[in-house]
Amino acid sequence: MNMAVPVRIPTVLRPLAGGEKVVEASPGSLADVFAEIERRHPGLGERLRAEDGGLHPYVNVFVGDEDARYLDGLDTAVADGVEVSIIPAVAGG
Amino acid sequence: MELPAQIREAIVAHARYCYPEEACGLLAADADGRLRMAICMENADRSPTRYTLEPTEHFRALRYAEANGWELAGVFHSHTHSAAYPSPTDVGLAADPSWLYVIVSLGGLRNPDVRGYWIRDGRVVEEPLVPTAEVW
Repeated sequence: MNMAVPVRIPTVLRPLAGGEKVVEASPGSLADVFAEIERRHPGLGERLRAEDGGLHPYVNVFVGDEDARYLDGLDTAVADGVEVSIIPAVAGG
Repeated sequence: MELPAQIREAIVAHARYCYPEEACGLLAADADGRLRMAICMENADRSPTRYTLEPTEHFRALRYAEANGWELAGVFHSHTHSAAYPSPTDVGLAADPSWLYVIVSLGGLRNPDVRGYWIRDGRVVEEPLVPTAEVW
């Protein structure tokens, strides 16, 4: 059975996801997940990638309970049913 | 926007605890948009002039809020030596037009001032915070 990967979208990016809290993608690498999100929701996937192609510095991505930066970044494998959470960087002065 | 007493107290207490560094945390609201909890967090910058929410704590706070049927609806931080008004840095980094940005100015620790703002497209609009009794 091919379960979807739920991707939790923060409020700031929901307008790009048709207002949805959660969008779905297929299992694969995190890069694959983001590419599928970009196909389904143009403009959303690219907000998750830096210009050099890596993870966007203003976005933190958790695969399950782990920060993808401390896993394999965009090469992190996302298995069936594992949740991906997009957490915006929050800062100020 | 109503500001329940225990949320104001939590924000002020965390600001005092972190002084002279800036304090920060997230605000959870229920489905009706009412503020329910200030979730006090570590300032990853450990700075008197900057704050950054620690991502893993932010994720934990999100899980906690959702487990209670709430949403993360804003962020608070302290200004240790300036007014409770968004700094140019706050305005420049304010990413979410749907979030309430709460700032506490410690005013010499004894007279804290807690104010809320919407920051949209670089424009700051104050949201009056109306003190209410404790709610759970």
